[in-house]
Amino acid sequence: MSFNVPDDLRYLDTHEWVRQDDDTATVGISDFAQDELGDVVFVELPDEGDELTAGTDFGVVESIKAVSDVYAPVSGTVTAVNDDLIDRPELLNEDPYGDGWLLELELADESELDGLLSPDEYSDQIA
Amino acid sequence: MRYDQARWTNDEARYEPLLSEKSTTEVSTDDSPLPDDLTRDSLALPDLSEPELARHYTRLSQMNYGVESGPFPLGSCTMKYNPSFTEDLAAHPAAAVHPDQPTRTTQGTLELLFGLQDYLGRIGGMDAVSLQPPAGAAGEFAGILVAKASHEHSGEGQRSEVIVPESAHGTNFASAAMAGYDVVSLASDDDGRVDLDALEAAVGEETAALMLTNPNTLGLFERDIEAIADIVHDAGGLLYYDGANLNALLGQARPGDMGFDVMHYNVHKTFATPHGGGGPGAGPIGVTAELAPFLPSPQVERSDSGYEFVEPDHSIGKVHGFYGNWLVLVKAYAYIARLGDGGLEDASAKAVLNANYLAEQMDFEVPFEPFHHEFVASAGDRDAADVAKRMLDHGVHPPTTKWPEIVSEALMTEPTEVESRRTLEHLAEAFNAVADEDDETLAAAPESTAARRIDQVRAAREPRLSWQSLGEYTGGRTH
Repeated sequence: MSFNVPDDLRYLDTHEWVRQDDDTATVGISDFAQDELGDVVFVELPDEGDELTAGTDFGVVESIKAVSDVYAPVSGTVTAVNDDLIDRPELLNEDPYGDGWLLELELADESELDGLLSPDEYSDQIA
Repeated sequence: MRYDQARWTNDEARYEPLLSEKSTTEVSTDDSPLPDDLTRDSLALPDLSEPELARHYTRLSQMNYGVESGPFPLGSCTMKYNPSFTEDLAAHPAAAVHPDQPTRTTQGTLELLFGLQDYLGRIGGMDAVSLQPPAGAAGEFAGILVAKASHEHSGEGQRSEVIVPESAHGTNFASAAMAGYDVVSLASDDDGRVDLDALEAAVGEETAALMLTNPNTLGLFERDIEAIADIVHDAGGLLYYDGANLNALLGQARPGDMGFDVMHYNVHKTFATPHGGGGPGAGPIGVTAELAPFLPSPQVERSDSGYEFVEPDHSIGKVHGFYGNWLVLVKAYAYIARLGDGGLEDASAKAVLNANYLAEQMDFEVPFEPFHHEFVASAGDRDAADVAKRMLDHGVHPPTTKWPEIVSEALMTEPTEVESRRTLEHLAEAFNAVADEDDETLAAAPESTAARRIDQVRAAREPRLSWQSLGEYTGGRTH
């Protein structure tokens, strides 16, 4: 089974993705991650204004199979969280790179993105 | 009118109504001794005859599958039949004591608690026992707190890690984390046991304890247990025994003799008290003499003037109200006293024999052996959850599925000593019949139970946590 790994994103080995748009970064979990988790039933996210540190956990994704921490690919201040996930956690399964996004950050250090996995490297990891 | 077996349904014509939905009578509250502003004018109470009441609960019980319905080989859970004589004793008027009664009026109660401390201590090879923790996981947590208190008392409070094999029960990780420890996960070796080299590499000045169950989750005896104990003790750590699999050891071997310092007992597994399901339970803990001063308070001791409650010198305090769940402890005491030394030894021998007799007849592969009281078969290219659902149609409860993850599509099976040879053969036939069926049949199962396949996703996303009449219930969002 092959999974969708969009070319324009960077990845964390714990299966989060990040999309950069100038000094803003959008964060979510990968297609592979949502498939491994199975049906997501609950998502816990930080508040706007919270400071995240790269590599540390910022929230929880719960499926019928497992409860998993999610990790910040980069450091920064939370500028938006996806409130739609509260009522519709299934968005994470249906559209992990679109409507199932988790949060937006104001990047603290753009260079942190360079340390993340490229789409090819991430594809190799989940192969 | 026609007969319908009680079933889980939203069909108003067929579901089993609540008592208050069957019939109620308005009862006046005029005679209430409470002030008027605290009482309602009248109260609608169920109004049913005793046979109607009995039939209601019988029908509810038929909507379920329990160990009194058929075999229940749920691995690692030791689903023994709960002998009814223990219920009779717990319901005996002499067992009805108030926890605040003066101890001179409750000497018999204290004698039983003291006796159970003694029984459990001798069964586990432990010097002191606390009966207070109210469940197995609560016992784990209390045991780890005792270990932590001991480290802190001896100036070793810097120890911050608890090592847990990756195959361990999830509660081990949780108990260690709840007690404030970092959890270090330990990989198994190719034989499914603790990897000694990995353990050597994992221990150090940070090690507070290693949590282990033996036989382990695959039913395999950790034959290097003495070397494991030496490695942990040489590093200054303590060895914790998870009593989940104690049923394999009764009268055969003792955790204390293997080098364990602290353990918990699952009385609902090993000693045939009812599994809690959220109700009252008991998870006593046993410790070596070195750790006894840190046990929860109170302990029961015997003095010249009788039995009394005492607080251990450096007690971690209370982990539950009063003395633990007394009536559960009565049942455990009764079971142990009834079986005696010989009976307990016989129980564990037969538990191991039954598991091996069953596995021998199974078509599903059992990759790890020699196992003891339980084994983990693999459903191979079948979905273990589908296999489990289909087994219900064959009249047996399925095993634990998809865990431990060391075995793919795991079917973790523990028949216990209570099943007869006839029942074990019926169980094997059920496993083998399901193994021969096609995927479509399995995916559509169960078809003969009071409820068909549960929509787990919807149940988790839209839980109904309080009573609503079916007429008012809109079913949440449509799917």
